[in-house]
Amino acid sequence: MSSVHLNNIVKRFGGFTAVHQTSLAIPEGEFVTLLGPSGCGKTTNLRMIAGLLDPTEGEILIGGKRMNEVPIHKRNLGIVFQNYALFPHKTVAQNVAFGLRYRDVPKADVASRVQAALDLVQLPEVGERYPKELSGGQQQRIALARAIVIQPEVLLLDEPLSALDANLREDMRVELKRIQHQIGVTTVFVTHDQSEALAMSDKIVVMSAGRVEQIGTPEEVYNTPASAFVANFLGASNILQGRCTGRDAQAVQIEIAPFGTVPVPADKAADLREGPAKLILRAEKLLLLGAAADTSGLITAQATVETVDYQGQTVRYFVRLGETQLQAINMIDTRPFVEGSTVTIGFRPQDCAALQET
Amino acid sequence: MSVEAREARQPWILLSPALIAVVLLLIVPLLFIVVYSFWLRTATGADQVGFFLDNWQEALSDVFYRDILFGTLRVAAITTLVCGLMGYPAAFFIARSRGNRAILLLMLMLPFWISYIIRTMSWINILGVSGAFNSFLMAVGVIDEPIQMLYNQTTVILGLVHFLLPFMILNIYVSLDGIDTNLEDAANSLGATRWQSFLQVTLPLSLPGLAAGGLLCFVLGAGTYITPLVLGGPRDAMFANLVFEAIITQLNWPLGSALSLMLLVVLGALVLIYNRYLGMAQLMKGLG
Repeated sequence: MSSVHLNNIVKRFGGFTAVHQTSLAIPEGEFVTLLGPSGCGKTTNLRMIAGLLDPTEGEILIGGKRMNEVPIHKRNLGIVFQNYALFPHKTVAQNVAFGLRYRDVPKADVASRVQAALDLVQLPEVGERYPKELSGGQQQRIALARAIVIQPEVLLLDEPLSALDANLREDMRVELKRIQHQIGVTTVFVTHDQSEALAMSDKIVVMSAGRVEQIGTPEEVYNTPASAFVANFLGASNILQGRCTGRDAQAVQIEIAPFGTVPVPADKAADLREGPAKLILRAEKLLLLGAAADTSGLITAQATVETVDYQGQTVRYFVRLGETQLQAINMIDTRPFVEGSTVTIGFRPQDCAALQET
Repeated sequence: MSVEAREARQPWILLSPALIAVVLLLIVPLLFIVVYSFWLRTATGADQVGFFLDNWQEALSDVFYRDILFGTLRVAAITTLVCGLMGYPAAFFIARSRGNRAILLLMLMLPFWISYIIRTMSWINILGVSGAFNSFLMAVGVIDEPIQMLYNQTTVILGLVHFLLPFMILNIYVSLDGIDTNLEDAANSLGATRWQSFLQVTLPLSLPGLAAGGLLCFVLGAGTYITPLVLGGPRDAMFANLVFEAIITQLNWPLGSALSLMLLVVLGALVLIYNRYLGMAQLMKGLG
């Protein structure tokens, strides 16, 4: 188990820069997720840590040791691939034992370690079967068992859940987190799925177009996005153009028509100077209010309901407010507002974050 | 007609042109050959219709035929081995090359645009007494007299390798191309060197292609008569040359038929063994 450091890493493919200068420190035992849309450089970073790609510039350290010149087979990493990459001509037990044969593990110990790994992923009885006789979720667990049986310095997971169907994915998410906790291995997880990232990570690294947009805990990244990209990538957000008119120790004043002045908590508007600013308001924090609703503490305006997207427990509204369209995701217990009706919309200023207009 | 009946008929409608061709051009002529093999050629040169076992007796008991059959299988086996050894690295290279794979595959197909006979005869211009190789050796003064390099078993094998190598490369290429490259990455990440992961993962997974290419090379090689005719000496005749001799030269259709069926049975047995092997390959699950 080791820490991972990327120091000023750059990766270019010919004239294309896949990863712009990136530095990243992953402490020992932490579960860090690289999150971003496809092509953002997250998999490239993972493959450089793995040794499947060489960085064009910069340094990769694992456990404090420079890894750039160390070939993949000497790095002692556990990798789980998106398509599992189980050896189809070997049994499950042979697959799991594969890494042990290169590690001077006494023959007698191999079987018991393989069995312990299979127990850990809760598939103790499939050792004699072949991978294609297992379901996708089971193959995923075997791939994980094969990666952790070698007691890797770092566990690298390349979109390991994306090939599974939705229900199984959520089960595996919990399972994966449980196993990671149990063995305490430093883990780098790559995904484009924000809910996976939020649910599993100690820390999330949001990436876009080869650059790191933000690094933080799930709560930080979700509640205080550092950029409009992060705000929109992690769930739906409304971004309102406004103007910062002043600040004090507690709050930053932001003028937004037609709501008026919104006092955004100072910790959610760090470094914001006076001038043009963006107000970020999550769709689930924007409320549609009936006539009898209590609006105390809310900043409100009148808007027209344009689209109603009913989803059972929740409903997603698109409301028109003058020139702009806003999105709201609300819980409902009776019946949704009707398209075309005029409603009061409102939000609490402490639910907002603000960014400098760039 | 019900939808089900129409759907059940559709495969047969689509298959029928090919089925008719196979029956008329392969099964029926083959049955003729079987019937011929029991006729008897009389001293007058006419064929006597009937059920005689004389041709079969001669074909099966004559040591001459047996030796040539074994010689033929030996040449085919050496050819297959050489094709496998030369073809695997080439196929591997093509499967792993990214940008120019299409060009490499085209180059592999290129020889098929020229007649096999002409390609075989081209070796006379290269290795013949007044061929390129001898001319070069004499020009640089290594030898004074041209060397006879043609018309022996080695040149027959050379010609066969030249003819069959593309088949071997294509078959291996197809199976290598179907292997997920993540498998090798996974093996490397688990501690295997590139050579170890090749031996443990890539090679075993490409064996079906190697076996298919091997079978094709062996059967085509063992059935050839052009290559020994063009590049072999009098002692390098292969089994198909005997059939050619019997039917075309001696006009002895009954004996020729018996001999050709004999070769067919031997090669057919090989295909069955291959099938059996693939049956065992089924044990290595996950290839399907």
